[in-house]
Amino acid sequence: MSEGRLVGSFIVPVHPHTVLVPEQNEGWQRLRDAFDDAAQRIKDSNADLLVIYSTTWPSIIGHQIQADPNPEWVMVDHDFHDLGSIPYSFNIDSEFAHAWDEANKKRGLKSRTINYTGFPIDVGSVVALKLLNPDNAIPAVIVSSNVYANRSETTVLAKSCLDVIKATGRKAVAVTAMSLSNRMFTTAIDPKDDKIHSLKDDEWNRKILEFLGEGRLEDVGQLSRTIHKQIRVQKVVAFKPMWWLAGMNENRNNLTGDVLAYEAIHGAGGAVVHLDPTPSGAGDKEYDEDDVEFFSGERNVLDAEGGAPSFDAQIPQPSKASTSSGPALWEPTTGESSVNSDAAPKPVGMYPHARRVGDLLYLSGVGPRQPGTNAIPGGPICDDQGAPLNYDIKAQTRAVVDNITRILEEAGGSIDDVLDVTSFLVDMDRDFAGYNEVWADTLGKVGPTRTTLAIRALPTPIAVEMKVIARAPKGN
Amino acid sequence: MTQGEIVAGCLAPHPPHLVYAENPPQNEPVAEGGWEQLRWGYERLRASLKDVEYDAIVLLSPHWQTYIGTHFLGLPNFKSLSVDPVFPNLFRYHYDLNIDVDLSTKIHDKAAEAGLTVKMMENPDFRVDYGTITTGHMVNPVWDKPLVVVSSNRSRDYYSVEVMQEMMIELGRVTREAILESGKKVVVIASNSLSHRHFTTESEIPEDMSKEHIASHAMHLWDMRMIEYIRSGQSQRILDEMPEFTEQAIAESDGGGLSWLLSTLDTPSYPGILHGYGTIIGTGNAIVEWPERNHKGASQ
Ligand SMILES: [Fe+2]
Repeated sequence: MSEGRLVGSFIVPVHPHTVLVPEQNEGWQRLRDAFDDAAQRIKDSNADLLVIYSTTWPSIIGHQIQADPNPEWVMVDHDFHDLGSIPYSFNIDSEFAHAWDEANKKRGLKSRTINYTGFPIDVGSVVALKLLNPDNAIPAVIVSSNVYANRSETTVLAKSCLDVIKATGRKAVAVTAMSLSNRMFTTAIDPKDDKIHSLKDDEWNRKILEFLGEGRLEDVGQLSRTIHKQIRVQKVVAFKPMWWLAGMNENRNNLTGDVLAYEAIHGAGGAVVHLDPTPSGAGDKEYDEDDVEFFSGERNVLDAEGGAPSFDAQIPQPSKASTSSGPALWEPTTGESSVNSDAAPKPVGMYPHARRVGDLLYLSGVGPRQPGTNAIPGGPICDDQGAPLNYDIKAQTRAVVDNITRILEEAGGSIDDVLDVTSFLVDMDRDFAGYNEVWADTLGKVGPTRTTLAIRALPTPIAVEMKVIARAPKGN
Repeated sequence: MTQGEIVAGCLAPHPPHLVYAENPPQNEPVAEGGWEQLRWGYERLRASLKDVEYDAIVLLSPHWQTYIGTHFLGLPNFKSLSVDPVFPNLFRYHYDLNIDVDLSTKIHDKAAEAGLTVKMMENPDFRVDYGTITTGHMVNPVWDKPLVVVSSNRSRDYYSVEVMQEMMIELGRVTREAILESGKKVVVIASNSLSHRHFTTESEIPEDMSKEHIASHAMHLWDMRMIEYIRSGQSQRILDEMPEFTEQAIAESDGGGLSWLLSTLDTPSYPGILHGYGTIIGTGNAIVEWPERNHKGASQ
């Protein structure tokens, strides 16, 4: 089996007019024709999977993936119910849906599959699947938009989707069902009078389409927050689909773009755009945001373990929280003179985070793993099978320093108390420069003595660990 | 014809978790209980309304979201399966409800006269939103009263809380007028939570109450502030502070329900009865009744 890949991307509008009443307005008809053109292009690409990211399916608990192999119902739009009903019966690739769900979890995302009779498939997905896949020849999968998700979460969602596409040898087409400017007229209009709600919205839409026409998807992704502020009504979901689609295209800026249509639908900006992965010949731009491999769940409110460490006598055992791969995690051991912090990652063996002896505080080796989620900033150095991954040594080193800071603060001190550091790097040639740069920026300014060693491996898939001796805070 | 009357106004939030936890025959998933404080609050509200005579329920739900004005369900009966798109694991409810189309049309027409954008929803395939169904079930599980179902005009998203409130106060005024003219006795309900910051994780067992608490201290402070105004009859202050409350508590009052409700009650200066308060995946929910029947002419 050859490796799977994305064979194309499409951006399509969400409102039901193109399905139900395209003949009522010339622009709606042009959008409909563009949909039909897009359907033909998808067919010609020999795609065997359609992946829909829909802005009209919001979610709160992570992302939801449709996994009912044959969802059937009749969709009626909340606003445009008078245009008619859209009966649907879709062909969903539930196997892919489950694999994506698993891949999401591996990358630290909250995720679940949905398989319930009568589940209300959203208008954006219904319109996209009805028109792009009219005879259901290509199996599809649909994912929700999380209302709280930021760029990193949305990027990781795309990466886990690509993981499965590659692993299963699919030729996939990615589709975002979305409006450009989404301000609609707030009163009924005669269909023939439809136009973009304001000149400003129109100008922004045209700018976005100019970028997309040049295949500069990543540029649009980077402008997402600005675009959202400028031309988006603050509905539930922000202008996130461009983050997802940019992620699906590995944040490239040199795709071959083709704007098939751009028209108003009740004032909102609707466009059908085709992005082909063939390089346009234009120079690719730098991806200038943090490239995140794993999502570490910054809002993990439920699992946050508050309160002071427990001093109850207990039989030590790995904690239940350790569900990810790698060594089991332990509750830090508690005993006389030990200092532990819920704000630091769990130990991988039976030892405390730190121990105080006289005026000195001895810290157990500190790595970059994140407390609570166990995620590794900058990404792990290898996957579950041991295959090497590209990771960010600077992000890892910064995370180590942050963890040291947390442990020292828990003990009542600060990073300024660090006296001596022994650093361990698993790849001195690759990582010394990055590590040294972060050091200079952080601990270098504090001024401890330092020894840096190259070693073969660390117990978790991390690239750097530090052993620290610090001044114990006074008066404790 | 005798003059109609609003017998009670209620704030009656709609997290599907409450229906889920009750295990009614209409809902498919099965729970081991949970959110009892709120469900007992609904019990108290039902008991309070039990001996009150009324003809219809007029309800505004933030989960029928319309961007082109305010819409009203306009057919006599809706029967289908409602699956919550956000919590389908908890809520798959078989509903069969009747609409008071006369009263709907009356409110619709009066709102149109007042210059508000309105539309009747007459597509028989339309699925009623889960907010309406959850609140409808919790207030009146036997479904023996016809409903008027009012959509949530997202004018707050388009303009601001202030504009939303202006429109909702006007809609409340004409709703009251239409009810009085109809000769009917009516319960008016706003179906919304107060503070509305969710957890983004769900525990293994959704009804595990050891995981349930308010999302943050600030949310708690806002909820208690609003509840104190309710308990002390200071409706006007609720309306005055609505912009700050809605922004800072990310409150579900953004859908206009609470502003509309207070306006239908003519901004009551008597205390509302707090039947219950509790959190649901971190959001703050109060069940409140304004027993308008006992305060005729007491407003303003
Ligand atoms: Fe809600």
